[in-house]
Amino acid sequence: MMIVAIGVFVIGITFTVVLSFTNSKLFPSFNFVGWRQYEILWSTPRWVQSVTNIWFYGFGHIVLCMGVGFALAVAMDQRIRGEDAFRTIFLYPFALSAVITGLVWQLMLDPIWGFQAFVRSLGFADFTFAPLANGETALIGMIVASVWNGVGVTMAILLAGLRGIDEEIWKAARVDGIPAWRTYVSIVVPMMRGAVATALVLLVVNVVRTFDIVIAMTGGGPGIATQMPATYVIDNINSRNVGHGMAAATCMLAPIAVLIIIQAVFRWRASRRGRTTS
Amino acid sequence: MSSVSLPAGIEPSGPRPRHVTATRIGIYAFLLIAALFFLIPLIVMIMTSMKSMSEIRGGNIFALPMQPTLDYWVKAWSSACTGRDCYGLAPGFFNSVKITVLSVPVSIVIAMINGYALSFWRFRGSELMFAILLFGAFVPFQVLVYPIIFGLSRVGLFGTLPGIVIVHTIFGMPILTLLFRNFFASLPVELFKAARVDGAGFWRIFFSVMLPMSVPITIVAVILQVTGIWNDFIFGLVFAGRENMPMTVQLNNIVRTSTGTVEYSTNMAATVLTGAVPLIVYFVSGKWFVRGIAAGAVKG
Repeated sequence: MMIVAIGVFVIGITFTVVLSFTNSKLFPSFNFVGWRQYEILWSTPRWVQSVTNIWFYGFGHIVLCMGVGFALAVAMDQRIRGEDAFRTIFLYPFALSAVITGLVWQLMLDPIWGFQAFVRSLGFADFTFAPLANGETALIGMIVASVWNGVGVTMAILLAGLRGIDEEIWKAARVDGIPAWRTYVSIVVPMMRGAVATALVLLVVNVVRTFDIVIAMTGGGPGIATQMPATYVIDNINSRNVGHGMAAATCMLAPIAVLIIIQAVFRWRASRRGRTTS
Repeated sequence: MSSVSLPAGIEPSGPRPRHVTATRIGIYAFLLIAALFFLIPLIVMIMTSMKSMSEIRGGNIFALPMQPTLDYWVKAWSSACTGRDCYGLAPGFFNSVKITVLSVPVSIVIAMINGYALSFWRFRGSELMFAILLFGAFVPFQVLVYPIIFGLSRVGLFGTLPGIVIVHTIFGMPILTLLFRNFFASLPVELFKAARVDGAGFWRIFFSVMLPMSVPITIVAVILQVTGIWNDFIFGLVFAGRENMPMTVQLNNIVRTSTGTVEYSTNMAATVLTGAVPLIVYFVSGKWFVRGIAAGAVKG
């Protein structure tokens, strides 16, 4: 069964890459057309928009998750009361599906019913915060929702990293009169780089596959303002343009491949360092 | 005070507070505001599902329901429309139950045996196999969707219950195998060696020694898989077919179906109902869920 799974991954990826060089429509054909599909792909406005979108969305999502997640983890690490209650609250959105996240935030950000209407009813008639209604800001709304869903996990991983730091480090830093923020930036964060790397890898992997929340929240709109590579691939499979969709899918694989190579290099360096010190 | 040594990972390790200072108040203020941000959508979701449409129009989303009603929950459950069919969420719920009940044990049993084999019965190429399997955890699903559609329709399983169960099993395997391999690798090798000396074979060791010890990790795996499979959207959308459409897909269809004014009461009731299962699992399992997260977050 493990071999079956590996077979699916290896054969599936090979199949996808091979088909991306053909002009397959509904059924796979082996009519090779070279780089033609890729040329079409990168001159299709919707694909280019999708790629731009995922960079913007990914950057916003990752920076906010790391920033807010770290701030929450540090705050949680100050011997506070009710830590379990806070943790439960910060993490529960992650138990909910991205579809639910999308639908709830769609209501929250609805210009007629949601947050904007509430603030206006308080007397601020000019208040505007309805990012989904406008193509230029729709991605911001999606980032808010996805951070709500995912930041708890980043917080949990970083908190575990903070808890792994030796108490003695803090004592030593305090004796030397180093301010707390300085200790975090210069000593603690470099020491917990394992946790930071884990959190970061998870965020990148999840960003690349972003699909559910788009479908639930905006359906890719307004216009093509929130289309993502993942929706592009699925739509092309559905519209029987498989060769083209597979070219897009192969492009989605590229950032993951880069990530894995980076990770392999780090592991290799770490193992080499381990050998020289021992 | 610090002479009381608590196990690592439980006691906070940050700088120690001296008195009730401005910093301290700031920390609590920050945490409380954050908690509010996290809670509001859930509160809005539940309150909206209990309001009539006229009440939604009259008030705002943060107002308490004046005449709380469960009518919309009933409607969402049994008579909300998707396209021309008006059976509500109920069929989707039972489909999700079927998919989850079948996929969870199958995927966990296989991953458990994989993890066991990979940590104790090293064979030529087992490291390489594990590396490829881990790589599978990172691959975006969309890259594999078409090859699997093609493969499954070749054997006549596309759009069927066994088809979706196979898909969940395959995609759950990398992360579950990792979970079990790490667990078995943490057990003392002597245990395994002693059983070998006593003449126990692959299966005997698995059932008599390993299985009883892996109850905690199995609970983590079950929580991971139940929430993961219940929340799945894309596999259900692509592979389950009309007959086995899971709850999440049906929820999305119900919401997309509304014409004219969006009927938020029904939509939010449907959302609450769909989210209820993973939320209950989450609140009941507590710390177990947190343990599974570091491994499970890859599933996304």
